[in-house]
Amino acid sequence: MSKPYNNKAWLFVLPVFVLVAISAIIPLMTVVNYSVQDTFGNNVFYWAGTEWFTEVLHSSRFHDALGRNLLFSAIILTIEIPLGICIALTLPKKGIWVPVCLILMALPLLIPWNVVGTIWQVFGRADIGLLGNTLSKLGVDYNYATNVFDAWATIIVMDVWHWTSLVVLLCYAGLVSIPEAYYQAARIDGASKWKVFRYIQLPKIKRVLLIAVLLRFMDSFMIYTEPFVLTGGGPGNSTTFLSIDLVKTAIGQFDLGPAAAMSIIYFLIVLLLSWVFYTVMENYGAEKQDPRVEQD
Amino acid sequence: MAQITLDRIAHSFNPKPTSEADYALKNIDYQWEDGGAYALLGPSGCGKTTLLNIISGLLTPSNGRVLYDNNDMTLLSPEQRNIAQVFQFPVIYDTMTVAENLAFPLVNRGVERSEIDKRVADMLQTLELADKANRRAQGLTADEKQKISLGRGLVRYDVSAILFDEPLTVIDPHMKWQLRTKLKSLHEQLGHTMIYVTHDQTEALTFADKVVVMLEGNVLQVGTPEELFDNPAHTFVGYFIGSPGMNIFPGTVSGKTLRLGSVDVQLSKGYSNLNGKIEIGIRPEFITLTSADKAGPQGMKFDLESIEDVGRQKIVRGNIEGVTVNVIVSEDSEIPSEPYAIFDAERVCVYQDSFLVSGDS
Amino acid sequence: MLELAGVNKQVGTELHINDVSLKMERGSLNILLGPTLSGKTSLMRLMAGLDRPTSGDITIDGKSVVGVKVRRRNIAMVYQQFINYPAFTVYENIASPLRLSGLDEKALDEKVREAADLLKLSDYLERTPLNLSGGQQQRTAIARALVKDAELVLLDEPLANLDYKLREELRVELPRIFSKSGAILIYATTEPYEALMLGGQTATLCEGRVTQFGSTIDVYNQPVDITTAQIFSDPPLNLAKVEKTDTALTYGKQQFGSVSNDLPNDSYTVAIRPHHVSLSPSDRYSVKLNAVVTTSEMSGSETFIHVETEQDHWVLLTHGVHRVNTGDAITLYLDPSRYYIFNSAGALVRSPTQNSDAA
Repeated sequence: MSKPYNNKAWLFVLPVFVLVAISAIIPLMTVVNYSVQDTFGNNVFYWAGTEWFTEVLHSSRFHDALGRNLLFSAIILTIEIPLGICIALTLPKKGIWVPVCLILMALPLLIPWNVVGTIWQVFGRADIGLLGNTLSKLGVDYNYATNVFDAWATIIVMDVWHWTSLVVLLCYAGLVSIPEAYYQAARIDGASKWKVFRYIQLPKIKRVLLIAVLLRFMDSFMIYTEPFVLTGGGPGNSTTFLSIDLVKTAIGQFDLGPAAAMSIIYFLIVLLLSWVFYTVMENYGAEKQDPRVEQD
Repeated sequence: MAQITLDRIAHSFNPKPTSEADYALKNIDYQWEDGGAYALLGPSGCGKTTLLNIISGLLTPSNGRVLYDNNDMTLLSPEQRNIAQVFQFPVIYDTMTVAENLAFPLVNRGVERSEIDKRVADMLQTLELADKANRRAQGLTADEKQKISLGRGLVRYDVSAILFDEPLTVIDPHMKWQLRTKLKSLHEQLGHTMIYVTHDQTEALTFADKVVVMLEGNVLQVGTPEELFDNPAHTFVGYFIGSPGMNIFPGTVSGKTLRLGSVDVQLSKGYSNLNGKIEIGIRPEFITLTSADKAGPQGMKFDLESIEDVGRQKIVRGNIEGVTVNVIVSEDSEIPSEPYAIFDAERVCVYQDSFLVSGDS
Repeated sequence: MLELAGVNKQVGTELHINDVSLKMERGSLNILLGPTLSGKTSLMRLMAGLDRPTSGDITIDGKSVVGVKVRRRNIAMVYQQFINYPAFTVYENIASPLRLSGLDEKALDEKVREAADLLKLSDYLERTPLNLSGGQQQRTAIARALVKDAELVLLDEPLANLDYKLREELRVELPRIFSKSGAILIYATTEPYEALMLGGQTATLCEGRVTQFGSTIDVYNQPVDITTAQIFSDPPLNLAKVEKTDTALTYGKQQFGSVSNDLPNDSYTVAIRPHHVSLSPSDRYSVKLNAVVTTSEMSGSETFIHVETEQDHWVLLTHGVHRVNTGDAITLYLDPSRYYIFNSAGALVRSPTQNSDAA
């Protein structure tokens, strides 16, 4: 069934518009305002033009943080998307275990970010944490506070543990909507498991997968709480992502101008990359369906 | 290609069936001859799709055996049985082109590339899809998609049988004609064993050499379209085949005389030793309406209720001696204002407890 | 009275509904006949007020309903899919529109039982839809539409998902059930035979246009153009491109009978219904045509014979059982008085002479 077209429906969106205006657009304008001015406090501002932008874009500190972000998101997507799909494929499609599995899957999603950080911070400690202690007993020299690799690994594991479920749930929803006849036809055509996945399951979950990739990208690109709670961006600057750097610049050093310019650049990067993801995946093999044709 | 034997097949979806009512299929014995065109006809829930899935191997029956050319296949998968099946909704691989869709089952079976190309090209010709070979299958119309589903079965020259599960459900009437005829001529050309499940009598009768009529997990009658039309073995077959179906009403028969209310009708055959519930069946095609003066002693007063002009014929509804009777008359014939109905004595069927009784001539 | 005046509906660059004007009386049964995507559902959505026309007006009893909220209008709709409240019993499903209107319990009970009785659901009132057959589920949806006493009842291929035999029964019952309600009944279908069984009036649709609107049997017998004729024939019409010189028609190299000379000499398309082709000659069936059999299908009482004439695929519908084999050369006999003749623009210029003795 197609949805009714009714122009009045826009009225329902109005409250959201107002809300977004207050919560996002006005602060954004403030940020834009800061980004083109300089101040030494006392509410005295000097016009700075694009100076901050140039400075930020040329600073190696920004480049390094951006590099960390890109690397982190790339790792997260490479792990969480395939893992999520694999788990979704192994979940039962009917029977009494379905609700049990789904609830177990949804559990990590209900835990707030800072709690996740704290849990893992304690979990990973070599003296009192189960993981850290076990690892050190096994002779692994694991210490996220001093070792760069350990810090990264811990943050990645944390994120995977926290968010893979989201990918699983989205993919699962896509998978259960595939009619049984497709699987039967594939069996009759002699298709292997891999081919069933490649030619039936993957095309049919493509749309939800696109949403999963977008959500996971945006969210991982804006990572803040986990490294902040775990090491505060360390050891050294090794887990100082853009968001942490931003906070350090703005609140730590009170450089409002550069921080504002940085946050705008940050925002534009997220927007641009999301758009690129969306268009690439949307155009990859999408032929527009006539909206009047009912989907089976 | 193969001869398929069903040996005392029964199936229940309940893992621990306790009564006969738990069975979706009740003891089916049948042999499908190699190269035959069959239809499984019945209303929703009669077990026809269940039976089809048992033949194809998508389902393992609770009891009984499935034999292909006398080899027991009961526990083998559809791939091992080497069958093809076309479903109600067209199944296509969205991301592949039309040609790739057709090649898919061959690629999976490791057929040589040159052979695949040749067969796919042939099939594109046969299905009249050659101009769309390199288009993505996703954007095609429902009938084209269904042709592709069929084609994926036909490119495998050696399939044991091709099974159809209500394949024309989502197709528009005009395209139904074309596809149905296409199927029929493909069957003549290629000679595969074909089994076609449907609730639509026209599809079943026009497609099949032999139609298996099912009701509530049982086979009621197997016969050619003519046999089912002329001599339905069960009142349900009479009702289910024909549009409108056979008129069936209670009556008393003694010898060659049928008594309907206050009227006596002479039959062409005699019936003796009848007991149980006796019903009379006569098809709307075999009743003529005439005026009082031409009616003669066999004429029965027909209380006319409605006339539906459906173009090439008219369906006249009314009743005789209080029982509802439908009559079909041709488009050109006139319906008298005070009609009398005359039964074609040769065409009257007599049923005892719902089953046909053959009379003595 | 429901009136559509010059209604257009454009979606993107496509015109889904193209200049439709119709008038439908209260208590009438109106059929929208056309293939998938011809605009039946789009038109119903406009009538229901689910969509707004791009241009044109829709009025009920002279008052425009464009822009009036669906909730404010008294409309019932039945879809191809069986749509019921899964958690409610059949009784509550039927009662649901009445509960909204705040009818008192006794009157409500009476109406529900009356509707259930009409639709043969009385024995199933306490069941939930999931425990019903498809036919019973759709009857429940129809009963709900019926009790609503809507001024406009829209049925969008309501029988498409039902068994052939159930369809046959409901087709007979539906017009009867709704005729008493005084509603304007609109019924969409792709099947010509269904339209003929239902009777009433038919609007034939093609690519968003209404090609003809009139009494169902008249549209069938007197289609204004070749498109309408094709939409309204199942099995498909047999077409022949002919040349007329004086009174003689020629089809390829073959003589194709004669017609009176009041038509100008030109190319025409002759359409012949499949049951108007005979395998034996008679006074009426005097025109001979050679053809080769491609397939034959027997339905027990009738035989469909598919043939290849010199230029076209044809299909014959003959009474009784005729055994022919693929590749057989056969002679067809035609009756020129049964010809539909269309000019090169597709308009009907001659229809079969009506039989004086036909009722």
